[in-house]
Amino acid sequence: MSAVIGHEHDHAHGHDHYPGGLMRWVKTTNHKDIGTMYLWFSFVMFLTGGFMAMVIRAELFAPGMQVVDPEVFNQMTTLHGLIMVFGAIMPAFVGFANWLIPMQIGAPDMAFPRMNNWSFWLLPPAALLLMLSLFVPGGAPGVGWTMYAPLTVQQGMGMDLTIFAVHILGMSSIMGSINIITTILNLRAPGMTLMKMPLFVWTWLITAYLLIAVMPVLAGAVTMTLTDRHFGTHFFNAAGGGDPVLFQHIFWFFGHPEVYIIAIPAFGVVSQVIPAFSRKPLFGYTSMVYATTSIAILSFVVWAHHMYTTGLPTTAQLYYMYATMLIAVPTGVKVFNWVATMWRGSLTFETPMLFAIGFLFLFTIGGFSGLVLAIVPVDIQLQDTYYVVAHFHYVMVAGALFSAFAGIYFWLPKWTGKMYDETLGKWHFWLSMIFFNMIFFVQHFLGLAGMPRRIPDYSPQFTDFNMISSIGAFGFGLSQLLFLYVVLKCIHSGEKAPQKPWEGADSLEWTHLPTPAPYHSFETPPTLK
Amino acid sequence: MNQAAANRTILIKLLVVAVGMFGFGYALVPLYQKICEVTGIYDVEKASAAPANTQVDESRLVTLEFDANIRSDLPWRFRPLQTSVKVHPGQLVQVMYEVHNRSDQAVAGQAIPSYGPQVAGQYFRKLDCFCFSTQTFAAGEVRQMPVVFVIERGLPRDVNTVTLSYTFFKVEGAAPSAARPRGDRSAAG
Repeated sequence: MSAVIGHEHDHAHGHDHYPGGLMRWVKTTNHKDIGTMYLWFSFVMFLTGGFMAMVIRAELFAPGMQVVDPEVFNQMTTLHGLIMVFGAIMPAFVGFANWLIPMQIGAPDMAFPRMNNWSFWLLPPAALLLMLSLFVPGGAPGVGWTMYAPLTVQQGMGMDLTIFAVHILGMSSIMGSINIITTILNLRAPGMTLMKMPLFVWTWLITAYLLIAVMPVLAGAVTMTLTDRHFGTHFFNAAGGGDPVLFQHIFWFFGHPEVYIIAIPAFGVVSQVIPAFSRKPLFGYTSMVYATTSIAILSFVVWAHHMYTTGLPTTAQLYYMYATMLIAVPTGVKVFNWVATMWRGSLTFETPMLFAIGFLFLFTIGGFSGLVLAIVPVDIQLQDTYYVVAHFHYVMVAGALFSAFAGIYFWLPKWTGKMYDETLGKWHFWLSMIFFNMIFFVQHFLGLAGMPRRIPDYSPQFTDFNMISSIGAFGFGLSQLLFLYVVLKCIHSGEKAPQKPWEGADSLEWTHLPTPAPYHSFETPPTLK
Repeated sequence: MNQAAANRTILIKLLVVAVGMFGFGYALVPLYQKICEVTGIYDVEKASAAPANTQVDESRLVTLEFDANIRSDLPWRFRPLQTSVKVHPGQLVQVMYEVHNRSDQAVAGQAIPSYGPQVAGQYFRKLDCFCFSTQTFAAGEVRQMPVVFVIERGLPRDVNTVTLSYTFFKVEGAAPSAARPRGDRSAAG
């Protein structure tokens, strides 16, 4: 992988061989470069998907049709979902994985560096395909990110572009996951047993297995849609003997584990941040590992709770209801462990910790509204209302995104060698926190009052809450530009960071590597006590 | 141990899992069909067993509304001859639907029922229905077809209006014994 053998502590900087300019990034097989590219890519996608959310909220600012046509509105909700899930959140955590897993287990790089390069460079073409679908006849698909049949069978060619984009994204995820699993299983430094790994590494090991198990199923589902559209099959076409509900079963067999694919690495990041700022080891490390594994396993057997209104037999509804509620047990174990970690710790509240606590607080709210939705008779009332929208944004935004922010602020000094502006970081947190709740808390009330999702117009009695929500959305969007500024300012003119800027941080990247982390680290494995 | 070889072993194992899961997605199709067959979810085209209790519940009147739809690629006009009737639960009812094949060739179609509210489906006891078999219409043919059924007395008391809706799907090849469409999910309790 590299010609450098020896002590990176002494002369790592002198041996950073890579081509200059653009070709460095195209050809790189370095896990840190690739991690950086993943993170920037996901940030660009985050802004793109965020812009679409702004269009949605602008249209919903007042009743009636003002900003866009209903078709465009549907395309915006679809692309917003797809881009945020597959383009922003998932690549962000793969970026973390690339940067951190080799450093945290004492490995020189990922197990398959060339495949790593491929898994990243598949993403931009997929994103381009998705964006391109906006400009073809018929526009982007307006079917929702869940791509339910039979509507998908009737869409224009934008649907085909989306299907190919999903294929490519799936391949990228599978390659990335194989890389991560192999790295973790084979490249750990001597003495780094599985149960000594930082929890972030554990969560990614579990997530990678989930990805390998379910991404191919999604690929199968969209391939069936594709052949239904063009090759005369009738998987989902009732007229040919197919069944649209079958699509939902296959999709959610992927879709529910997907929720945890997003959430579990977020748990991992938070499990690194909270102990560091509590200056205590993580409470209940072993139970955390088992809880995460249980969540992952349970995620395979609850998918039909997304489908209570499709006419499932009562027995099946009861089973899915109880199985779903069961997931609250390991999730509760995790939440209590984080709280117990903070209990009697010497807490300080730097930006990463604020985001981690924000995560803890809001993710728990999202978890509880999830429990509410797990109850069959309640869900039948709330299906496809804004209550559901509020629920999954509490889990996805306040869960995954806040945890990603926590991680970025936490590791930014190690990555760039410079400190971010703490005051501006705190501003970013508080603005995000307030505006986030402004957008989504009121949507619970809208949903309870019966406002349906994915509809560009609404009845006038919903006006006030929608205005509040839209104002919150614009504020939240602008706050993320502040985040961009904080990161750029840190890279450009941040103060020099010490090797270990966080007193309580204890994983290898803090204790064994200088700041910024050298281009090649752990060419010789570290010795662990 | 050779590191690269060990890595490759895991790579191959995981690739096999990934390919296997792709196949599993497809395996869900027959699996799903089987489950629906075993649990009887698909039995919408068979005559129901005669109702056990034929007593008519004179104390209630239920409004039945009739609805008829066709998939866009079917050149038919399809309509119920009555928009609604009021019946007592337990009473034997016969209603008529009419199809007019407006194309200049014979076309076969299969009707699939659905019920609103969904829960009413399981209280419909159909003794005869044009949806029990594929219907073929000659060019320009007009035909009326009956549905004979009993609404069971067990119909929940809060259900006062039931909509019976049929959608005709074209059966490719116009052969009366062609593919048996499935897919009425609303009949599942």
